[in-house]
Amino acid sequence: MKVEIKYFGMLAEITGCSTERFTVVDLKMAGLKKELLKKYPDFANTDFRMAQNKELVTDTTLLTGKEIAVLPPFAGG
Amino acid sequence: MSRYGRHISLKEIGIIGQNKINASKVLVVGAGGLGCPVLQYLVGAGVGNIGIVDFDVVEESNLQRQILFGTSSMGKNKAKMAKEVLLHLNPTINIKAYNEKLTPENSISIIEQYDIVVDATDNFASRYLINDATVVLGKPLVYGAIYKFEGQVTVFNYNNGPSYRCVFPNLPQKGTMANCSEVGVLGVLPGIIGTMQANEVLKIILDIGESLAGKLYCFNALTNQSNTIGIARNEEQIEKVKNRGYDFETLDDSFFCTSSVSEINMENAIAEDIQYIDVRELHEQPRIALNNVLEIPLGELSNQMDTISKDKKIVVFCKSGIRSKQAVSLLKQYDISNCFSLKEGISAFKKRFQKQYK
Repeated sequence: MKVEIKYFGMLAEITGCSTERFTVVDLKMAGLKKELLKKYPDFANTDFRMAQNKELVTDTTLLTGKEIAVLPPFAGG
Repeated sequence: MSRYGRHISLKEIGIIGQNKINASKVLVVGAGGLGCPVLQYLVGAGVGNIGIVDFDVVEESNLQRQILFGTSSMGKNKAKMAKEVLLHLNPTINIKAYNEKLTPENSISIIEQYDIVVDATDNFASRYLINDATVVLGKPLVYGAIYKFEGQVTVFNYNNGPSYRCVFPNLPQKGTMANCSEVGVLGVLPGIIGTMQANEVLKIILDIGESLAGKLYCFNALTNQSNTIGIARNEEQIEKVKNRGYDFETLDDSFFCTSSVSEINMENAIAEDIQYIDVRELHEQPRIALNNVLEIPLGELSNQMDTISKDKKIVVFCKSGIRSKQAVSLLKQYDISNCFSLKEGISAFKKRFQKQYK
């Protein structure tokens, strides 16, 4: 399945883009996460969370491909 | 009440609402980029009791975004300085400045005096501590955080909504995140995010509109794009924090933003009246044989605070500039604010002496 992913904060710096089309085989969020970590090993350095269709999701959530976002925590103030 | 006339004319606020604002008690942790606009608007709005926690001092590089401070504020404690400025804006407010770091030990006694807590800090250790303490005490937490051109705002522990740990369960591993001293920030960004935090505080006090509880608002100042992501309550995370109770995770100082440590180059650190402190172990070579060098290894520093003059400019050095940064943080905790960490440590001295003898 092809999904479009939005990257935030330092994750967008790692990918060099704010959105990207991605092809995934595994239809669970965990599968997509694994693919992302494979393509961008530096993602492992942030405790990021994934969202789909404007809701935070877990590893076991099924991919619908709707508005995937990858969010890192920010510390700054 | 003419000060609040424009609030009172709003039917959603009125005299009753303004009285609620005047009676409220809000704690703002961090008087930096986010804290300054939060405080300015809350004091302007008439929030009757405000606590400000910040142990840091104003530095020149803060002035680009920390709008309560001016050039003459440099070197002064942020909490005290903010109080002074805010009382000019609204002398009717009861403001308490806490010139200290929020710690597992003092967090409960400080936070329990307030109705709402604002997280305007710049480091993960404080953010997790504030979250845990407000979960245990059942206080709403208005959260804001920034990175370069992007910001996040939400409200935790409110209306049965999620906590910070429901979104990001664990303190990030040490060294895994970019440190804020190396990260720039667009000056106006904390202004936008902090103002949104102040707005959330007022809506909670007034019980009007829709709060951001359960929604993480993400804003990008470069693209003007905003994304609101639903965040759900995770009972397991909340129970964990409640079960730990007052037994908070210990703070690791390395999580504190080292931008709070002032660094200095050797060329600005040469003067007769400067007090150098060498925080290396006594066996580390070469020693610096100047009259104005105190030799206190880092581990001894807190025991020897009374040997250090508060009147002199202090320049701390070690081998490379890491221990000296820790020492400066420590000195600041003891109210010694005019102190700096020497960049490049001992090699800066080597270069200086080489130049002199040429």
